[in-house]
Amino acid sequence: MADVTSTLVGPRGPKPRKILTRNNIMIYGTLIIVSLYYLLPLWVMVMTSLKGMPEIRMGNIFAPPLEITFEPWVKAWSEACTGLNCDGLSRGFWNSVRITVPSVIVSIAIASVNGYALANWRFRGADTFFTILIFGAFIPYQVMLYPIVILLREMGLYGSLTGLIMVHSIFGMPILTLLFRNYFSSLPEELFKAARVDGAGFWRIYFQIMLPMSLPIFVVAMILQVTGIWNDFLFGVIYTKPDLYPMTVQLNNIVNSVQGVKEYNVNMAATLLTGLVPLFIYFVSGKLFVRGIAAGAVKG
Amino acid sequence: MDPSISIKDLNLSFGAVEVINDLNLDVGQGEFLVLLGSSGCGKSTLLNCIAGLLDVSDGQIFIQGKNVTWEEPSKRGIGMVFQSYALYPQMTVEGNLSFGLKNAGFSKAEVAERVANAARILQIEPLLKRKPAALSGGQRQRVAIGRALVRDVDVFLFDEPLSNLDAKLRTDLRAEIKELHQTLHNTMIYVTHDQIEAMTLADRIAIMRGGQILQLDSPKEIYNRPNCKYVADFIGSPSMNFLDGAISLEADGTPTFTCGSGTFSLEGYVFDDAPAAGGAWLGIRPEHIASGEAAASRAIQLQSKVRLVEPLGSDTLVRVMVGEQSFWVRMDGRTDITEGDPLPIGFNPVRCNLFDTKTEIRL
Repeated sequence: MADVTSTLVGPRGPKPRKILTRNNIMIYGTLIIVSLYYLLPLWVMVMTSLKGMPEIRMGNIFAPPLEITFEPWVKAWSEACTGLNCDGLSRGFWNSVRITVPSVIVSIAIASVNGYALANWRFRGADTFFTILIFGAFIPYQVMLYPIVILLREMGLYGSLTGLIMVHSIFGMPILTLLFRNYFSSLPEELFKAARVDGAGFWRIYFQIMLPMSLPIFVVAMILQVTGIWNDFLFGVIYTKPDLYPMTVQLNNIVNSVQGVKEYNVNMAATLLTGLVPLFIYFVSGKLFVRGIAAGAVKG
Repeated sequence: MDPSISIKDLNLSFGAVEVINDLNLDVGQGEFLVLLGSSGCGKSTLLNCIAGLLDVSDGQIFIQGKNVTWEEPSKRGIGMVFQSYALYPQMTVEGNLSFGLKNAGFSKAEVAERVANAARILQIEPLLKRKPAALSGGQRQRVAIGRALVRDVDVFLFDEPLSNLDAKLRTDLRAEIKELHQTLHNTMIYVTHDQIEAMTLADRIAIMRGGQILQLDSPKEIYNRPNCKYVADFIGSPSMNFLDGAISLEADGTPTFTCGSGTFSLEGYVFDDAPAAGGAWLGIRPEHIASGEAAASRAIQLQSKVRLVEPLGSDTLVRVMVGEQSFWVRMDGRTDITEGDPLPIGFNPVRCNLFDTKTEIRL
């Protein structure tokens, strides 16, 4: 009898879980505080960008606007002045697009083939080549700035978008090659062997076997490159001229202009506009990014 | 007739590490050769050399009489089946089968016909439109075999094709591969570390160690007359029992074997050369040891004590102690025996294998 009652009253089924435990309060409390800390500047920026100048002068930066206006956004995009041009950030935006798109495509195309060759074909001197390439990633940019100016000048590309695109493509090479090499190394070697027995050559294996299996790593590379090149300031300001400045440089020129009244609302709007592209990329491809990183992209 | 595959003085080293060492091998037309050895013995490396996936350091490889030492894998007339199947994940089964044919520039009709033919032989017709991810392990390996089959090659190379499958499927597919060989009569080279696969499939087995072939013989010969102690120890499960002792010659020339348990006549043992006195290992397989009453009729008799009993159903494996020496004995599955029982065991010299203590070569 004792056995029967114990099976009736004893614990049975899923164990009940408490929600308000000390652990949970600590974890979620910390997470919420940290999130607030990071989101607060964004809140201030968005709110300020939607206010008129009189309201900003009242000084309450955390308060939502009493009267919402999109005037600062329009001004930042198409009217704000940098130097001699008064066509806003739009010029910089299109410059940045014209820089980013080709740079991303060229660097990824070359780096993926590099990585594939290094991972699968093991040609003579492959390791040396790879070491040199990776070593290149550790040389400080500052050392190379001036020599590149001279190189571009000699090639007649100094001050042009083509020159800047070349610089971006080359500087992306070490990290991207590493990324692709490690990814291709993580794919089963027997697939590559099978394709060779099946009579596929270098390019056929690359395009028909490797590429279709590598979408995640291409997304990772794309995100790294788009955000990196879009956010670049240094190369943009050095290797182009004012007409061709990328968005970041133009943003700086708008925000840091010393003449006239500081238009905080326009500055905030301009900053947000500049940040929209990387933000958009993150949101759209976040899932694939995680998959690519998890697929061995950053190991060894 | 020319051998199907002929390997002459093959050497391969990775840096300072010699993986294959002056290896010579001839494989006959339509022969099923198994390369057998523990991991790291160079068997897969040798297969990759034959396939052309590894560059050799020295030596020559001939396939169907043609020197293919520097030839691309696809031009060697070989098909290869890998352990991990290596199916192209983004292609359907049909795509996998036809990839090599398309690369070789066959016409659409020819490709379709060959794919259909291979699918029929391997009974994978209903799977043609599926992706590899939607196939079971056995189906995947069939497709992988099909990929070699469609190319209509002279030589099939198998690199541990069954290692990733569960035990039952392995037995089934093993039989299928054997049937396939009997149908096609292709030359097949099959790498494995599983001696059951080797024994069941092979016309000849090459036992490899340290990049060299130790013995190349029919499965029966390898089992019954291993040419060195390593081969004797490697083949058979549980492996051969060894007694450390010495051979001496009686006044009338009869060789005898002396060890801790006593001295026995070796009359009936067939020596490779004339018997000579000296240190030797006496090897006897667990299945050649009689026990209980039957032991009394054997020429060599020992007293032992049962240490461990492992019933397998069909047989019972018993580990017994002869003095300090541990012995495996294979007994009938219905035997009733418990740990601690005394057990007389016995065997005949004709079933024994003798190896020199120093060189470990068969006497």
